[in-house]
Amino acid sequence: MGNMKIKAKAKDGVVKAKVQAKHEMLTYDAAKKKGKDANFITYVTAKVGDKVVYELSSSQFLSKDPLFKFEFKTDGLKDGDKLEMTWTDLSGATATDDKKIKGLK
Amino acid sequence: MDRRKFLGLGMVALALVPATSLHALDFRKEKPDTWTAHTVDEAIKALYGAEATENKDITLKAPKVASNGGAIPVTIKTSIDAKTVAMFQDANPESAVAVWTVPEGGIVSYTTKIKMKKSGTITVVVEDKAGKLHSMTKTLEVALGGCEG
Repeated sequence: MGNMKIKAKAKDGVVKAKVQAKHEMLTYDAAKKKGKDANFITYVTAKVGDKVVYELSSSQFLSKDPLFKFEFKTDGLKDGDKLEMTWTDLSGATATDDKKIKGLK
Repeated sequence: MDRRKFLGLGMVALALVPATSLHALDFRKEKPDTWTAHTVDEAIKALYGAEATENKDITLKAPKVASNGGAIPVTIKTSIDAKTVAMFQDANPESAVAVWTVPEGGIVSYTTKIKMKKSGTITVVVEDKAGKLHSMTKTLEVALGGCEG
């Protein structure tokens, strides 16, 4: 699905990942002005297989279409492994997207 | 640090251990008060129950002048063996921005983009494996406020 842009590349034992999620990230103030309900990503995880490599609880103050950049070790990973990102927002909606990690042996 | 305070911190750390070992800790559910606190100090207290001391081993990177307050890139790096990392600022109505749970053996190198309504100070708190809190702050100017949508 095209909800998230994921880039993950392994080099020298470390995977560098860059993920952009598409989300309006409406703060309470902005939502009031627009007459909508506030809604923003509250919880993000990234997994490789069943191993969690990134975990974040967030507030409305991440930017619109927030960017997450992070690194993790390649220990135990093999060629073909995928990075799976999942977010949950305030309304309870979730989205999951995955991408193959480049450069793994 | 006096002994009583130290013991208190140890207990906080112990209380957090079972939850983090499950690797699924949604801080919005675990610590709801953190997200409604209006000052950085209150938010840190609500989250960790203690105060943080400044530590130079934390790298906090943000532009000195942010032209667009709607998307300010912030990078946090540290060599401290961290359990959680939290980011706060004092420009918006509520101060908590994000709390990361660092996976076992994880690397603390986090970049994200945040919103700030006006110029202010970003505070980052790193909790190490022993439950001690370390902090770093950075003050920046925001040319165009980013909370209006």
